Amino acid sequence: MMRTLSLAAVLSLGTASLALAETPRSGGVLNFTAPYGTSFATLDTQSSPTIQEHFLTFAIHRSLYSWDSIGNKPVLELADSVDVSEDGLTYTYHLKKNAVFHNGKPLTADDIIFSYQRVVDAKNSMPGARYILTIKGAEAFAKGEATSIEGLVKVDDNTIAITFNSTANPGFPLMETGTVILPSDVPLEQQAINPVGLGAFVFKEHVPGSQIVVEKFDKYYEEGKPYLDRVNIIVMGEGAARDVAFRNKEVDVSVLGPAQYQDYLADASLKDHLLEVAETFTRNVGFSQTKVEAFKDVRVRQAINYALNSDLIIQRLARGKAVRATSWLPVGSPAYDDTAVPYPYDPDKARALLKEAGYENGFEFSITAGPNESWGMPVVEAMIPMLAQVGVTLKARPVESAALSGHVTSGDFEAYMWSNLTGPDPLTVLRCFYSKTPQSSCNYTAYSNPEYDKLYEAALAERDGDKQNDLLRQANNLLQVEAPVWFFNYNKAVMAYQPWVHGLVPNATELALQPYDEIWIDDSAPANRK
Amino acid sequence: MLRFTIRRLLQMIPTIFVVALLIFIIFSVVPGSFAASLFSDGRADADPELIARINREFGLDRPLWERILTYFGDLLRFDLGTSFRTRLPVTEMINQRIWASLELAVAAMVFAVVIGVPLGFMAALRPGSVLDTVTMIGAVSGLSLPQFWLGLLLMMLFALHLGWLPSFGYGNGAFRNLILPAIALGVTPLALLARTTRAGVLDVLNSDFIRTAHSKGMSETQVVRWHVARNALVLIVTTVGLQFGSLIGQAVVIEKLFAWPGIGSMLVDSVAIRDIPVVQGTILVIVLWFLVINTAVDLLYAAIDPRIKQG
Repeated sequence: MMRTLSLAAVLSLGTASLALAETPRSGGVLNFTAPYGTSFATLDTQSSPTIQEHFLTFAIHRSLYSWDSIGNKPVLELADSVDVSEDGLTYTYHLKKNAVFHNGKPLTADDIIFSYQRVVDAKNSMPGARYILTIKGAEAFAKGEATSIEGLVKVDDNTIAITFNSTANPGFPLMETGTVILPSDVPLEQQAINPVGLGAFVFKEHVPGSQIVVEKFDKYYEEGKPYLDRVNIIVMGEGAARDVAFRNKEVDVSVLGPAQYQDYLADASLKDHLLEVAETFTRNVGFSQTKVEAFKDVRVRQAINYALNSDLIIQRLARGKAVRATSWLPVGSPAYDDTAVPYPYDPDKARALLKEAGYENGFEFSITAGPNESWGMPVVEAMIPMLAQVGVTLKARPVESAALSGHVTSGDFEAYMWSNLTGPDPLTVLRCFYSKTPQSSCNYTAYSNPEYDKLYEAALAERDGDKQNDLLRQANNLLQVEAPVWFFNYNKAVMAYQPWVHGLVPNATELALQPYDEIWIDDSAPANRK
Repeated sequence: MLRFTIRRLLQMIPTIFVVALLIFIIFSVVPGSFAASLFSDGRADADPELIARINREFGLDRPLWERILTYFGDLLRFDLGTSFRTRLPVTEMINQRIWASLELAVAAMVFAVVIGVPLGFMAALRPGSVLDTVTMIGAVSGLSLPQFWLGLLLMMLFALHLGWLPSFGYGNGAFRNLILPAIALGVTPLALLARTTRAGVLDVLNSDFIRTAHSKGMSETQVVRWHVARNALVLIVTTVGLQFGSLIGQAVVIEKLFAWPGIGSMLVDSVAIRDIPVVQGTILVIVLWFLVINTAVDLLYAAIDPRIKQG
């Protein structure tokens, strides 16, 4: 735990630790930015598959678990304690007695059953369904073969027993924003108009395409929180505009792109208020072992990892806003091996491996990629001359962002470049290289290795968290050697914040999503914020 | 006049039909789908079952011809469909956003007309003067400046350095929030109007009937008021109409830059995630707006110059 904590801390500057040393000030307004689009699709965030809506989720809703960014693990959120059965499958949660919804209704076990049934019901096509499917009997309910979820048992109003299909940590799926708890007495249609939740803030107003306003919830279950009176969650999809608004002190936080990152680092008035974290996303190039014969040979895949000067690409194209990847699991993962070193840039070694594999005259393949500046066509263009040096001809196959996943999931690629979620749960993300995972799901490269499968299955069966992580660490190290992808980088997310803002945390799962109830502003804030 | 109006309105129907058909076919054949786009940012592993379920729910697994028939059937009932993303009726979504777009377009046009037409007029009345030269250099610059860049410059100057105006947002409809996006959007039509007005007025000033009016002893002011202005008006109205009609479409970039909650920014979002009903509905509204403005301009011509109606 201390290891992951220190890794997160090393990457963050000016974090919550600073806030802990000071006394939070109550009151004020925070102008927060939602940078992933030009609108909010829906206020019923449980139904939203996109991250933009989760800026609202963090303000007004709560799930059974939440992510502890400092401890780097899921923690109980809506329960005071939990008892785990001997077989490790049944968890009995003792719900918080002081948790009430914004309409005044106290949280009960019925609300959890109501919410999970809604999420998993196939008719609703909810993005969070996959997380609830970890509960016993959820699949039968989803298919309409049962009228209730067998694994959800109400013990009394404040106690619920949940039986899972496996002994995997339920905190990971049940902390997801798609599994937030809604009040069972509020019609679901109303959630899209006037959402009601358990969060620290109450929905106040939505100006479509502009902003959402939330206000302090006086009956929030955390004593003394939230500190802020109001949060304006402002839609700002355009980086350049966000930059001007931040410098003009109209917004209190701004997520930075690579170019802005360097500008802010060079600006004495801004560089001390940057929060950085290596997020749980791994940028990579996946090699199709079904479309390109050469990729079936591990030496060829390794050769490409040696032939590419990843550090140079990170420095020049990502402008330093990335952390060099060693393998699939990112820096913050509990199963990350911090003794691992990335593939060095070694074109001679690459040539030797290609020769050994019978490709001394090289071969040709294409990379399907979108326009993204950090994991798209600009990077592919930089790779072309590097691979040409070792005799490999690389062709770019540009596609639009919206079309990329379609190509990849249907196997329509020789290689693809993508940024994939690789955390926080190592057990879930390493499933993507398990041979029984379909290519259309996430085993996009059709990777299959009995040794890897054995390690993964052992991890699946292991109940001891540390031992499980050891097995997953071995599996991840095996992946590095096997190189089913080119391990490029882990996204380094950077958030600029105004000097009067405190309580931001290095959330490695998504830095832009912050616990609003922890945030406070000091007396140096402009008058219109105080 | 009534027959003329009805004829012009009827002419809009085939245009709308063809545009709707083209949009439908284009967005049905371009790569990418709404369901697949949900996983494009790599934040979640692709879920084939969810993708299949979503495609089924929105009828995207049905043959193209069947979807076209359904779409046009709905369109005849003025039903633009339901958004894949928000699950709200497209008409409701457009209604939520169109007013901000219209507000921006009207403000930009007012800015363009109020400044561009008088400038063009004055430049034409004093050809070769400093005013004329400066106006024309300004007009060419205005036409050449990319709106996005101009918008950023305005933000830097008026928000960041001078601190006079907010750099972004709707501000619950506050006038001060409207100023910068309206100027950024209005500069191109302003420049075009200034040039067109100048050209139109110069053309009229060189006409025989103006010389006749002068020779009859009319004062310069009377000539300009009674002959020049009225005759140059046809060209000015044409330019205003064309520009006003296309402003909502042009506003896409400005709306995104200034976080303005209009249909332009909604269109950009919808294209990116292949929310086809919203894309189709929004483009149709933009086209319809263009057609309505053009029809209105045609009717105005007829009022200004009866020869057009007779023709």
